[in-house]
Amino acid sequence: MMSNLQSQTENHLDADSVGADNVEDNIENSSSHNNEGGRTRDKIASLNPLFRMQYEKAQGCYVLLFPEGMIKLNPSAAEILKRVDGSNTENAICAELRQAFPDAPEDLEEDVHAFLVHAEQKKWIRYDE
Amino acid sequence: MTNNTDVDLQTDVPNTITPPLWLLAEITYQCPLHCPYCSNPVNMEETFNELSTEHWERVLREAREMGAVQLGFSGGEPLLRKDLEHLVAYARALGFYTNLITSGIGMTEKRIAKLKEAGLDHIQLSFQAANAEVNDLIGNKRHSFEQKLKIAKLVKQYNYPMVLNFCITAQNIHEIEDVMALSEQLNADFVELATVQYYGWAYENRDHLLPTSQQLQEAEAAVNRYRTQQNGKGPTFIFVSPDYYESRPKACMNGWGTTFLTVTPDGSALPCHSAKILPLRFPNVKERSLHDIWHQDFSFNHFRGDSWMPSPCRDCDEKDKDFGGCRCQAYLLTGDMYKTDPVCSKSPDHHLMKGITDKAGTAPSKALQYRKVEKPIPILEVSATS
Repeated sequence: MMSNLQSQTENHLDADSVGADNVEDNIENSSSHNNEGGRTRDKIASLNPLFRMQYEKAQGCYVLLFPEGMIKLNPSAAEILKRVDGSNTENAICAELRQAFPDAPEDLEEDVHAFLVHAEQKKWIRYDE
Repeated sequence: MTNNTDVDLQTDVPNTITPPLWLLAEITYQCPLHCPYCSNPVNMEETFNELSTEHWERVLREAREMGAVQLGFSGGEPLLRKDLEHLVAYARALGFYTNLITSGIGMTEKRIAKLKEAGLDHIQLSFQAANAEVNDLIGNKRHSFEQKLKIAKLVKQYNYPMVLNFCITAQNIHEIEDVMALSEQLNADFVELATVQYYGWAYENRDHLLPTSQQLQEAEAAVNRYRTQQNGKGPTFIFVSPDYYESRPKACMNGWGTTFLTVTPDGSALPCHSAKILPLRFPNVKERSLHDIWHQDFSFNHFRGDSWMPSPCRDCDEKDKDFGGCRCQAYLLTGDMYKTDPVCSKSPDHHLMKGITDKAGTAPSKALQYRKVEKPIPILEVSATS
């Protein structure tokens, strides 16, 4: 269940003439504050208010919506982000996932961590100061 | 399958037509500004016969049922429709991500609060320049800059994500650093530095608007410098360079009839907001369902797939990447909508681009035209009561 976390597909819909990959590229380029491993594990994570998450029947998956764009999430990414609700830390998210998916592989915590680091770099989520 | 006999000519319609993910609802062409690069049709007759609230409700419902998720309320100036708040609430309840694309003229604190209550997700605010003098001149409206500053503050105060859109032309390209500084000061989340593309009124006024190659390079360098200094903070800047200086065409609309659906004020359904200029008959939502239009209509099927493609697109290994470029651009520049977008260096018409860009910065061949006033002045009513 909790493998393949990095493969959530990203599909941008851009208005008018804005290049399809520009927004993502720029978000990526402007992220220079990577987390050192573990530093954020006990901080409360919340979804960046720029994004809205919902299930899209036509896409058959959860998506992150933002101004004029959409990111498709694979089931694993969606299960993690559902728990990024402004009240959970990374440790709490992992504990919840363990409970919900007892058969999850041993390296679940590492996968979740790698995904959350990625999500913060992409500015999908943020942590309490 | 359809009453449209033309459909027999279609041999290449893909078996799986993807749903329209993006609905652009151009709810009115009326606008308090008169920008000479407006992408609205030059033919202002299309300004009249606006769809009713009930029509729009049906359009939103049908688009959502088909899988559309992003919705842009645009125009003209969408704030001029008194049912905007109602339509936003209606769309939000259907699950759309709702974007308001506005000049800010006509916005008030009361309305911005009501729109928030209605569930509006995001506001994109346009500026014509980073100072009052140029901004108000381009839009041909006094005090519009002042109003826009006020609205930008309200957008943030009411916790909307804020995208600023600056249309970049020869008139303001040298001030792009001021534009970026202003955007940062206003706490924008994203900023589109959109060098104008030449459709609608912008095509008419191209001689005046098109920056030179050198201006463009300097602007792009300034943006890159600014981005480096940002150090991950402040707005995300998106620089859009004009097609005219490119050697490969854009993947216009992500491919015709694959992703985007525009409905114009009078109910015309288009695969892109410029398509009305093409010699095709486009359907109207008053007469047919969106599902029928998207899946069956001749115009929507016409440039789907690749069997319509001419040489060199037909044999090009990039045809799945750019889909032959923009049909409107091919039509405007060559008079033939079936040709390869002349932006492409492989196009036999590519020399046309150099002919145009070489003239950038020289004396224009005709006077600048502001987008005209839309409503006829009701003289008869005045004389009847006097």
